[in-house]
Amino acid sequence: MSETIASVGSLPRRRTHPAIRFATRLFREQPLGTVAAAIVLAFIVVAVLADVIAPYDYRVPDLPSRLEGPTLEHPLGADQLGRDVLSRIIQGAKVSMIVGFAAAFINVVVAIIIGSISGYFGGRVDMVVQRFVDGWMAIPGLLILLVVMSFLGRGMTNIIVVLGIAGGIGGSRLARSAVIAIKDSLYLTAARTIGVPLHRIMTHHVLPNIMAPMIILFSASVGGNILSEATLSFLGFGLPPDVPSWGGMLSGEGRKYMEIAPHLALWPGLALTIVVWGTNMFGDSLRDLLDPRMRGGGGGYL
Amino acid sequence: MSSDNDKLLEVKGLKTHFFTDEGVVKAVDGISFDLGKGEVLGLVGESGSGKSVSALSMLRLIPNPPGRIVAGEIHFNGRDLLRISEDEMRHIRGNEIAMIFQEPMTSLNPVLTVGRQVAEPLEVHQNATRSEALTRAVELLDQVHIADAGMRVHAYPHQFSGGMRQRAMIAMGMGCDPLLMIADEPTTALDVTVQTQLLDLLQELTRTTGMSLIIITHNLGVVARYADRVNVMYAGRIVESGPADDIYEDPRHPYTIGLMASVPQLDQDVRQRLVPIEGQPPDLSDLPGGCSFHPRCPYATDQCRGEAPELRADDGNDAHAWACWIDVRH
Repeated sequence: MSETIASVGSLPRRRTHPAIRFATRLFREQPLGTVAAAIVLAFIVVAVLADVIAPYDYRVPDLPSRLEGPTLEHPLGADQLGRDVLSRIIQGAKVSMIVGFAAAFINVVVAIIIGSISGYFGGRVDMVVQRFVDGWMAIPGLLILLVVMSFLGRGMTNIIVVLGIAGGIGGSRLARSAVIAIKDSLYLTAARTIGVPLHRIMTHHVLPNIMAPMIILFSASVGGNILSEATLSFLGFGLPPDVPSWGGMLSGEGRKYMEIAPHLALWPGLALTIVVWGTNMFGDSLRDLLDPRMRGGGGGYL
Repeated sequence: MSSDNDKLLEVKGLKTHFFTDEGVVKAVDGISFDLGKGEVLGLVGESGSGKSVSALSMLRLIPNPPGRIVAGEIHFNGRDLLRISEDEMRHIRGNEIAMIFQEPMTSLNPVLTVGRQVAEPLEVHQNATRSEALTRAVELLDQVHIADAGMRVHAYPHQFSGGMRQRAMIAMGMGCDPLLMIADEPTTALDVTVQTQLLDLLQELTRTTGMSLIIITHNLGVVARYADRVNVMYAGRIVESGPADDIYEDPRHPYTIGLMASVPQLDQDVRQRLVPIEGQPPDLSDLPGGCSFHPRCPYATDQCRGEAPELRADDGNDAHAWACWIDVRH
């Protein structure tokens, strides 16, 4: 008996470069995602090249043009010391990107570690871990951030670590429920029957299956972290005043000169809004494209 | 009976119980059997008779809690699987004993390519690199007759039909040339023509590789055609055991007889009615006293209600044994 089985279903397409395939599918299947991707890309490019493209040094005051509205010299106007707002927004993008992405990365790592331990082992372990998480969630997030930041002091590293761990503990519930949803599935039993060790089951079988919610968590966290950093800086607990953060700009000059120079609050607010929307939207599209179980299929995490 | 040298697997007095809030569920309650090298054993019984639990016990994959193997020995290829360390056991799973499941639709990980999964045992047990393992995966898929194996290693499970997925599972099991494959209702979820192809494939593989095969099924037709020996299970025990031909030609336990009568046969008169086995399978946490089958047994006597019969061999035929007080001739 050696007949072969006639082809059923479509053969996988020939392999083109994954990045090209991804871009094509993004453009074709996710118009809104394409816009979001453009925003995220522009944000990243601006942030990375901040020192190159900023027209002025963001620290240098130019007193004659202070509180000026948009002009040819200062396209977005100037602040109370006459510093170029455009340059400060561009530098602010760098700060936001570093804080947003680094903290979101820590969020996801912490969420996966706590969530998969809690979800996969279940029972008493889950019980203990979840009560801790519940306790954590019962305290308003901003309060925790304010307390911890006032202990640690202002600074970029501190804010990244604090936002990363704090958000990760909350996000672990997402990871936990995703793990619980799959932990009794037959393919994990099948993996155990072929002798796959626990660590490999975690990394090769569980992890790829919870990537969809983790991508959402990452993208939602980027926006959230940028906002939290802005909030903390607004309240004076985030970054030192000499760092041009969007939140700091809103509180410092924006709030103080709201009535005579509203553009000082408008630009950082607008930048925040656009970037947060872009990262969230892009995350959604990413999930739709990457998860092979979603319609269209053909994705893959590893 | 086969000599000790030919024995691959010897199960003695295996008991696997589940400790639940409703009481102790005796899913497997003292089963003993052997399996020779290259032999095909059919494990037959209705749902809840302990077939799958005994298979999972052999791999020590009973979820604990609530389940636990409470007694018995499982000698496999010179070791007692219940006495070795978890690490040694893990090395046996997938390497020496492979298992395939009833549901091909869910037994493959949906987010990994078929090739990655077929290659996995090789990566785990033979330290193959990913590309070596993938090359071998193509050969394995080819061996189970999947067309265009070279292309299909990159496909995801949802791009495969049910029969192809089960073939992929078999390929995954065959990766490390196991000595024993356990097929837990491998064809139940598939349509009839595909069932035959898959069983033929399994038979072909046992013949070419010399591995032993345990087919768990409730389909007596499958057993008659493919198995060398049959164990009929009821309520966690083996009630009849013997060569497939003997069981088919001359069933001796009333339960086996009932099973035979409840399945349509091609050579029987179309107007002849099928005879169901009356009643329900017993509650495993509250088994009836005496022979577990007595409430459903048309031949039951007071002895059956009072005392559980042991498996005992036929006078003239050592290989055929059954657990019944009554001498029922069909």
